[in-house]
Amino acid sequence: MNIKERLKIPPTMMPEQDPAERITNVEEVPLGYTPEMAMLEAKRCLQCKTAFCVEGCPVGIDIPGFIQLIEDGDFRGAIKKMKEKNLLPAICGRVCPQEEQCQLVCTVGKAQKDPCKAVMIGKLERFIADWEREQGEYDLPPEVKPSGRKVAVIGAGPAGLTVAGDLIRFGHEVTVFEALHKAGGVLVYGIPEFRLPKAIVQGEVDYLEKLGVNFRYNFVVGKTAPVSQLIEDFDTVFIGTGAGLPRFMRVDGENLLGVLSANEYLTRANLMKAYSFPETDTPIVTGKKVITVGGGNVAMDCARTALRMGAARSLIVYRRAEEQMPARLEEIHHAREEGVEFHLLQNPVSLIGNEDGWISGARLIKMELGKPDSSGRRRPVPIEGSEFIEETDALIVAIGNSPNPLVPASFPELEVTRWGGVVVNELTGQTSVPGVFAGGDIVLGAATVILAMGHGRRAAKAMNLYLNSGRWVDLDKAMDLSRAEVR
Amino acid sequence: MHEILYKEEIGPDIHLYRFHAPDVARYRKPGQFVIVRISDEGERIPITIADVNTDEGSITLIVQSVGKTTLQMAGMKVGDSIPDITGPLGVPTHIEKVGNVLCVGGGIGIAPLYPVAKAMKDIGNRVMSILGARSSNLLILEKEMEDVSSEVLITTDDGTKGRKGLVTDAIKELVGQGENFDLCVAMGPPIMMKFVSLLTKELDIPTIVSLNPIMIDGTGMCGGCRVTVGGETKFACVDGPEFDGHQVDFDELMKRLTMYSSHEKQSLDRYSSETGCRLAGTLKGDQE
Repeated sequence: MNIKERLKIPPTMMPEQDPAERITNVEEVPLGYTPEMAMLEAKRCLQCKTAFCVEGCPVGIDIPGFIQLIEDGDFRGAIKKMKEKNLLPAICGRVCPQEEQCQLVCTVGKAQKDPCKAVMIGKLERFIADWEREQGEYDLPPEVKPSGRKVAVIGAGPAGLTVAGDLIRFGHEVTVFEALHKAGGVLVYGIPEFRLPKAIVQGEVDYLEKLGVNFRYNFVVGKTAPVSQLIEDFDTVFIGTGAGLPRFMRVDGENLLGVLSANEYLTRANLMKAYSFPETDTPIVTGKKVITVGGGNVAMDCARTALRMGAARSLIVYRRAEEQMPARLEEIHHAREEGVEFHLLQNPVSLIGNEDGWISGARLIKMELGKPDSSGRRRPVPIEGSEFIEETDALIVAIGNSPNPLVPASFPELEVTRWGGVVVNELTGQTSVPGVFAGGDIVLGAATVILAMGHGRRAAKAMNLYLNSGRWVDLDKAMDLSRAEVR
Repeated sequence: MHEILYKEEIGPDIHLYRFHAPDVARYRKPGQFVIVRISDEGERIPITIADVNTDEGSITLIVQSVGKTTLQMAGMKVGDSIPDITGPLGVPTHIEKVGNVLCVGGGIGIAPLYPVAKAMKDIGNRVMSILGARSSNLLILEKEMEDVSSEVLITTDDGTKGRKGLVTDAIKELVGQGENFDLCVAMGPPIMMKFVSLLTKELDIPTIVSLNPIMIDGTGMCGGCRVTVGGETKFACVDGPEFDGHQVDFDELMKRLTMYSSHEKQSLDRYSSETGCRLAGTLKGDQE
């Protein structure tokens, strides 16, 4: 097949649950490719000599390589190729913003002047991971000689799981300390079932356990044991405790009943399975009308969860315009399909309660776009005298999270930035404390799953070098030699 | 898994449990709490630690059956296990020698009060205690509190033991007798802590209270436990659970505790009808 013929194949759409049907359940929305669909989509890849997509991937997956194997029908080979760089493809295939990474720079999308027409790399990634899971058998990597070194990983989120997976394969003994009763971090408490089924995350965790990773649940480092204890008991420590601190708006009425952080709302719904209440024991606030404040993926997750929890109307209130929304296009599209209402260029100035202390409405002010701010987006400016009241039964605050202060607060030697992020060497993840590394949202603030995994990947490489050489000073210089590999 | 090593009914619908939890016991200090989950479909509930035994690797929890989870727990036997105990969480009590310390406990709140009273005494304070309950059979840890207090005053709502009346009456009585207190520690139902705090503010006695709002993770992640203290929003799980009683907005706290009342009743009713358990929806008690 020549390039012209390949370019003629239209993107293979993934079948999805019907919007009216899916808001009555928590099952996954996109249903997955069949093998035929995947092999057809794989034909659209031009196998570029200079693969821009690989450069666009934070963990440097050999994208043309695994796609070629799918085209050949060698799915076993494709998943092997994938796992050389990415241990958690079922997750990344679903939640990575491919349109901003590999697919943004895909030659096919560029040739058609539409990034939406790029090769559906993420969907192929998901397909190959799901295929392996459905086979029920995993290829375990060849056993390595135990190094006798011990690694502590704090936090079983995307960064921590990546570090654990990489370092166990280098032969080190790995123990992951998780504060919650389940591994996965934001993948299990934050991202909803309908976007990332929890069984998939559990499958990836089971795989790491099979490789020999030891998980300690309900272990809150900084409380259950001080970080200093871990430093004593282990040869190196990785901090991947994420951005779990919810931001609030600091407006009057924010402590009214029926006002929740996105973290609380999603944790109840997902980790605690409140969608099955009363079969499960954790309740959740429901209402006929629910407002979610914010414009990111988390806000979309909340607004879509509200519909599934029985809300007749679910509103997104966002202070900028749709073009400035940080949410992925696909999430906005799915939310709109399901009937989420977008109330743009509006912002709460206060919340109003009834005599029982429950929220009854939000006083909103209309906004207009002014000059660009430091983020490059046009700054929203309140329009004087435009306030009005939007009635509501519940309000979810989804305006972002800050790095979780629990570990830094209990560990004063650890240098943090003004906004609470752990200071690291960008290349190695080394912190101000010798032997201690960090990565993911505890460094970045609330970012993405794949960036956290990229951090984990780099830190694991550096930690391995540190464990084998004992070198701490100028570790990044030693890393430079293998920079290409590190990415 | 955390095995129940010991269990005793110490009052009507009030149980004392010793759970195997060596990780929690190791670094726990007075004033800290745990989050407990008793089954795979279970909710996460915060419970303040009443005592620890580091040799045995156990923690003591005293729990009143007020809802589905606590009732289900009451049905468990020695040798049974629960999947999750997380902790110790929260900031430990600031234990300091200040002189005369007044410890005021109400109902199940006497359970978290005991280790604080003990630590206050051990560091050299003179501890006087006032224990309140609705009725004499609901009074717990009287003996233990006597061991760490120079004097214990009892009050009951119905007069079945000690003085008939409220703990605030007993505070007034002591102060009226010329007692001077450098610190008051009050733990019990929010309504009790509110009125104790109002009184001690008038009497100019610095007062610590321990709050137990609704929580999920207990690590500062959900913000469900936010309370207003001195006009500022605090997270009870990581900033507390102990705060300056004179600064806490108790009315807001009490309202926020009712957030899931109808759900809690639904869950309890369902459990009661499923198990044929007694008292559907009639369980009522002082929540810690």
